[in-house]
Amino acid sequence: MNDTLANTEKKTAYILTLPAVLLVFAIILFPIFANVWISFKEVELKDIRIPEPRAKKIVKSIPDEPSKIKILYKLRNSSLLQEIRDVSFKDNFPKNFQIENLDSRCEYTKSSLKCEFGNWPAKYKENFQVIFSINDGSEIDKKTLKSIKPKLDGKSDNILLNTNFTLKNFKKVLFENEFLDLLLTTFYYTFFGTVGSIVFGILTAQMVNQKFFGRTFMRSVLLFPYVAPVVALAYTWELLLDPNSGTLNSLLLNYQIIETPINLLGQKYIEIGIFGFDFKLRLALTTVIMFEIWRYFPLAFLFILARLQAIPKELYEAADVDGASPFQKFFKITLPQITAVISILFMIRFIWNFNKFEDVFLLTGGASGTRTLPINVYQQGFAISDIGMGSAVSIVIVVLLLMFMFFYFRLLGKRVDEN
Amino acid sequence: MRIKNTIIFSLISSFFLIFLISIWKILATLQGLNINSFNIEVLFILGFLISLAHLGIANRIKSIYKSIIFSSVFVFCDGYLIQKLPIWYNVGVFLILYFFSYKIGKYSFIGLKEEHSTQVILFDFLTLFGILFFSFVILFPFYMMLVTSFKTQIALLVNPLDFSINFGQDIKDLFKSYFVIFKSYKFGKYILTSTIVSVGTVIITLLFAIPAAYAVARLNFFGKTFLSTSILIIYMFPAIVLVIPLYTIFSQLGLRNSIEGLLIVYTATTLPVAIYMLQGYFKSIPKELEEAAILDKLSWFGIITKIIIPLSIPAISSVALYVFMIAWNEFLFSLMFLDNPNSFTLSRAIQYLSGDAETPRQYLMAGSVVVTLPVLFIFVYFEKYLVSGLTAGSVKG
Repeated sequence: MNDTLANTEKKTAYILTLPAVLLVFAIILFPIFANVWISFKEVELKDIRIPEPRAKKIVKSIPDEPSKIKILYKLRNSSLLQEIRDVSFKDNFPKNFQIENLDSRCEYTKSSLKCEFGNWPAKYKENFQVIFSINDGSEIDKKTLKSIKPKLDGKSDNILLNTNFTLKNFKKVLFENEFLDLLLTTFYYTFFGTVGSIVFGILTAQMVNQKFFGRTFMRSVLLFPYVAPVVALAYTWELLLDPNSGTLNSLLLNYQIIETPINLLGQKYIEIGIFGFDFKLRLALTTVIMFEIWRYFPLAFLFILARLQAIPKELYEAADVDGASPFQKFFKITLPQITAVISILFMIRFIWNFNKFEDVFLLTGGASGTRTLPINVYQQGFAISDIGMGSAVSIVIVVLLLMFMFFYFRLLGKRVDEN
Repeated sequence: MRIKNTIIFSLISSFFLIFLISIWKILATLQGLNINSFNIEVLFILGFLISLAHLGIANRIKSIYKSIIFSSVFVFCDGYLIQKLPIWYNVGVFLILYFFSYKIGKYSFIGLKEEHSTQVILFDFLTLFGILFFSFVILFPFYMMLVTSFKTQIALLVNPLDFSINFGQDIKDLFKSYFVIFKSYKFGKYILTSTIVSVGTVIITLLFAIPAAYAVARLNFFGKTFLSTSILIIYMFPAIVLVIPLYTIFSQLGLRNSIEGLLIVYTATTLPVAIYMLQGYFKSIPKELEEAAILDKLSWFGIITKIIIPLSIPAISSVALYVFMIAWNEFLFSLMFLDNPNSFTLSRAIQYLSGDAETPRQYLMAGSVVVTLPVLFIFVYFEKYLVSGLTAGSVKG
C-alpha cells in the first residue's frame, strides 16, 4: 500500500516537472552543447541558411498564337556554397492544357508536370521553359496560372551536422585577436563594476537603515535604475554625456570647469596629472563602469539592507553602553555582520558582470577600448559573421567563469575553515 | 577641544550647504537661468558664518525667527548682491536655507562637548548628504529623459541648457514627439508586440512553473535535489553563451522574427527564477491542508488548483510581475532574433531608431519614456510584493 503511494507520488512528480525540465533542456542546456559543437567548426553566418532549390515562374503569351502559352521557370540554387542533390520539381496546370515540348527529364501526367533535375551545384542557374497549347479555345487566365506555385525539393548537407572539426577558432581566439587586451578589459569592467556596486550598496543600505522622513520613497527611488529598461537608460546617459550638446558637458562648460568638451564615451585614454605623476586613465571604460555601478548597486543595496535589518539591536545598544563611536560601531559590528552577504553578492555580480553585453553594446558598441568578451562574441558572430569564432569566444567565457567559481569557492572554503 | 569641534562642525555644515545650493543652481541653470559660477567661496564663508552664528545665538532667539533671519540674509547676499535672479529661484534658496538651519538646529555648544560628537555630526551629515546625492544622481537621468521628450530640436540647439517646459503652448506641440513616434514610427504596434510577448511569457511561465515548483517543494522523487540545485546553476548561466546556438537553430527552424520564438526563449530563461521563488513559498504552506485534501481523494491537479494556488496568490503575483518586467526589459535576445521591423519589441524598436543618426533625440527620449513608464509604474505600485521577492530570487541582470 505504502509502496504504491510512493510510486504514484514519484509519477506525479515526474509529470509535474517534465514540461519545465524539457523546455529548459531544449532552450538552455542543449544550446550549451550545441555551442561546444559549433565552436569546433568553421561556420559563417551565411552557411547556416539551408540551401533550397528555387523557381521563379513567369507566364508569357506567344504573339500570333493565342491558343498557346509559354511558361518560363527561372531555376536556381539559393546557396552560393553548397550543392543540392536529387532536385525534384512538381507543378500543376488546368485540365485543358496540353504540353508541346516535354523535356527529357520530365513527365506530364494528369495535368501535372513532374521533373527530376538531378544534382545542382552551388550557384546553379537554369531557365527552364515549357509551352502549352489549349485545345478547347477558352481564354487563358494568366493570374491564376501564376498563382499556382511549383514545388521543389532536394537534399543538401547541413554544414552544422557534418563531422569536420577544427581547432582553428580557438587558436584564433587565444592567439590572434589581442586576447590579453580583451581579457584585461573584461576583468577591469567586471572587477571595478562589482566592487563599486557593492561599496555603493553598503553606503546606501547604511543610509536607508536610519530613520528619516521619506524613507520608503527613498528605497523605491534607489531601485529605479535596476528595474528600468536598459535601452532607455543607456540612451539617456548617452545623451547626457554627448560631447557636442550633452547636458553634462554643457554644464561643465557653463561653469567654466572645463574648457573643451570631453568625449566621455568616445575617448580611449585621458591624461591625468596628480602630484606630478602623469598617468593614462581609460576614459570610455571608466564611464561604462560608472554606468554599470549606477545600474547595479541597487541589487547590492537590497541584499545588504535586508541583512542590516536583521542585525539584533542589542548589539548596538551594548556598544553604546561601552561608549563606542559611530565609526567603531560600523567597522566592529555592522561590517562583520554583512561579510557573508557581500561574498555572495560579489560572486553573483562578478558572474553577471562578466557576461554583461547590453550595457556596453548600447553605450559604446565596444568602441574606444570597451570591447569586453561578450561584446566580442557578438562582433565575431554577427559583425564579422563568423559563427564558429563567436561560439569559441563564448566557450572561453564559460571556461573562465568556471575557473573563477572554482577558485572563489576554494578561497571561501578556506576562510570558513579558519574561522 | 571645544574650539576644534566648533570648527569641524562649521566646516562640515558649510560643505553640506555648498552641496545643497550647488544642486539647486544646476537645476536652475537647466531651467534656462544664466548662472555661470557656483561662487563656492562665498557659499562657504556664508555657511561657515551661519553655523557659527547659530552656535553663538543658541537659544536666545526662537529657532523659527533664527532660521528666517539666516535664510533672509543668505538670500539677500546670494540672490541680490552677487547676481540678480528671478523670484522663484530665491524662494527655492530661502526654503533650502530654512531646511539647513532646521537641520543644524539640534547642535549646540553643550552637545559639541560630548564624546565622539564630531563623528556623530559627520555621520548625520553624511547620511543627509547621501540621501540627497543619491536621489539626485538617480533621478537626474530620468528627469532629463522626461524633459527632453517635451522639447523641440530647435529649442535644444539654441540653448542646450534650457530644459524649461512651456506649459502655455498647445497640447499638440507639447506632446509632439509622442505623436510622431506613434504615427510615423509605429510605436503603437511595438507596444502591442511587447505586451503580447511579456504577458504571454508570464502565462506560459506560470503554467510550467507552478506544477514544477509544487513537485520540488512537496513531493519526494528521485533526482529532486539534483533538480533544485541545477535550477540555481542554470539561473546563473550567462545568456550570451546561448545566443549563437539559439540563433543558428532558430534560423534553421524559421523561428527568427517571430513572437513564438521570443516566447519560447523568454519562458525558458525565466522558468528557473520562477520555480525557485515559488517553491520557497509553497514550502511555507502548512502540509495539513493537503493531507486533508488527499483524504478527500483530490488529485494533484485538484490540490494545486484548489489549495495551493488560492493560498499563494501573493507569491504568484509577485513572480508574475517579475517575469513581466524581465520580458518587457529584455534586450539581448530581441536584438539577435528580430531584424524585421514588423516584429520588433519596444526595446528593439528604440535601438533601431537610434541606429539612424538623424533621428532627433527628443523622439528617442519619448520612446524611452514610453518603454520605462509601465515598468516604473508597476514597480512603485506593487513595491511591497516586489522587494520581498527581489531579495528571495533577485531578478537577473
